[in-house]
Amino acid sequence: MTEKIATREAYGNTLVELGRENRDIVVLDADLAKSTKTIKFKKNFPERFFDLGIAEQNMIGTAAGLAAAGKIPFCSSFAVFATGRAFEQVRNSVAYSGLNVKIAASHAGVTVGEDGGSHQSVEDIALMRVLPGMTVFVPADAVETAGAVRAAVSLDGPVYIRLGRPAVPVLHGPDFRFVPGKGVVLRKGKDATVIATGIMVSAALEAAELLAKEGIEAGVLDLHTIKPLDVEAVVAAARETGALVTAEEHSIIGGLGSAVAEAVAEHCPVPVKRVGLPDRFGESGAPAELLEKFKLTPQNLVSSVKEILTRK
Amino acid sequence: MEIKQLRAKAKEIRRHIIRMLGRAGSGHPGGSLSAADMVTALLFREMRLKPSEPDWPDRDRFVMSKGHAAPLLYAALAERGFFPVDELMTLRGLGSRLQGHPDMKKLPGVEMSTGSLGQGLAAANGMALATRLDGKDCRVYVLLGDGEIQEGMVWEAAMAAAHYKLDHLTAFVDHNGLQIDGPVARVMSPEPVAEKWRAFGWHTICIDGHDMEQILNALSEARTIKGRPTMIVAETVKGKGCSFMEGQEDWHGVAPNPEETEKALLEMV
Ligand SMILES: Cc1ncc(C[n+]2csc(CCOP(=O)(O)OP(=O)(O)O)c2C)c(N)n1
Ligand SMILES: [Mg+2]
Repeated sequence: MTEKIATREAYGNTLVELGRENRDIVVLDADLAKSTKTIKFKKNFPERFFDLGIAEQNMIGTAAGLAAAGKIPFCSSFAVFATGRAFEQVRNSVAYSGLNVKIAASHAGVTVGEDGGSHQSVEDIALMRVLPGMTVFVPADAVETAGAVRAAVSLDGPVYIRLGRPAVPVLHGPDFRFVPGKGVVLRKGKDATVIATGIMVSAALEAAELLAKEGIEAGVLDLHTIKPLDVEAVVAAARETGALVTAEEHSIIGGLGSAVAEAVAEHCPVPVKRVGLPDRFGESGAPAELLEKFKLTPQNLVSSVKEILTRK
Repeated sequence: MEIKQLRAKAKEIRRHIIRMLGRAGSGHPGGSLSAADMVTALLFREMRLKPSEPDWPDRDRFVMSKGHAAPLLYAALAERGFFPVDELMTLRGLGSRLQGHPDMKKLPGVEMSTGSLGQGLAAANGMALATRLDGKDCRVYVLLGDGEIQEGMVWEAAMAAAHYKLDHLTAFVDHNGLQIDGPVARVMSPEPVAEKWRAFGWHTICIDGHDMEQILNALSEARTIKGRPTMIVAETVKGKGCSFMEGQEDWHGVAPNPEETEKALLEMV
């Protein structure tokens, strides 16, 4: 069995490593340090950790000031609150001002589970992607998470990192190099390509495996960076396989599916099928039940690939 | 309902909370138990309600601003007759009307969808403005957490309620001293709480939030106050009624396992 680690866990661990390497890194949270795993940083570097309480807007505003004064702040909360509640602070105090603030939000998507739709962010990628100058990372596993967090430090400017609650399979080996803005071809295809992000990458790999048994060669392109989008890799997949299925634990509006559809519509029109939440909120249930209900499973990706093949 | 019956009802509601969470395997016991006496007083004595007609225009309104105390709200609504008590056991399950946090589109008696902290008081203000515009004598109630009042929006709404002289609005702060990351005073102190609400123009009463008589007296006093809203700052114990949960921050958002559930229920007979 492959090892499983939650991306939020990997985030907490990487923050501790970075805290040792770089004295300018500071971490902010809004009464969710145990859940976002910033508590690991707090334990190691209490003087560089600031809990703002249940006050996400104040957290983002404070981070803007810290960044303006030369620090590298990482801000964490649940994705709904970090990007939604504090949206306009992110827009004006951070993005408009071009400040070096990193927003690493956990509990994104429906795998939040039983807490329900009020807590399941299915819109954060869209909200962050629309902001000029914002880099958006959606890591698929612990290795990509570590890479994304390190890349965020080396990039000057605002970065959003989307993290999840449940443990997910580790897909990459220790030699994996995370290159911001560069998609990762995990599997070459001929008939169609599944372009996936976050937890849907492992589902895409499983789907490709199942399709291969039926003689359908589906490629898998892992886009851990939604912005800037790797247009070259997307267009190459469109050219080489002629049909695309996008897969994300997010609304089909405004996220990966939209970004890919925009790119191919401009550069290389081919049939595109977007898999994600169909313009609705999530709801309570066990994470696995919800993935099933919202058709975010390898089996559904298999059907989606077959469907898109009929439109080629 | 008389005081003795209210006390018994609060106990029954606490038992529901433990059973529901034990069954669901996740959820928030601490803040549900700490506010049980106040919510019981509201739904079973103070408020004008018609469970058979949840949308009755003349009803009083209650907003559970600290939406993670959904088990408490659901148990009280079911006991009050808004939906079958049996349904409580579906809490947090796929397809249940009892979502992890209250969803007004799904469940009768839920006046506002909450769960994102800090937003309930503004919504309560809106209800108070609307019922006043309609010339109705409805009263509006809202329950806030003591961590929740760290949200800036709470104070924007506090200012507005006083500005618009919403004297038919009564709020509680469940002052249990704990939030997720630890004691409220250590995470981000909102103290002195009562003085802040007073400074914002509210009539402010401090009580023991587990003393039914004090709760009822404060609610009666609120009815006599004209020209400004009333805040009841209630000193409470998080996890009240369950010995191993009382005052423990780790029981904020963890459900009891089967043995713990049984142990808790034995204490609550
Ligand atoms: C806007 C927002 N931020 C964060 C959370 C996560 N959260 C849920 S409960 C809680 C702590 C609440 O503490 P308090 O208000 O004191 O409630 P109580 O002690 O009564 O349970 C937090 C931070 C949330 N639900 N909403
Ligand atoms: Mg509290």
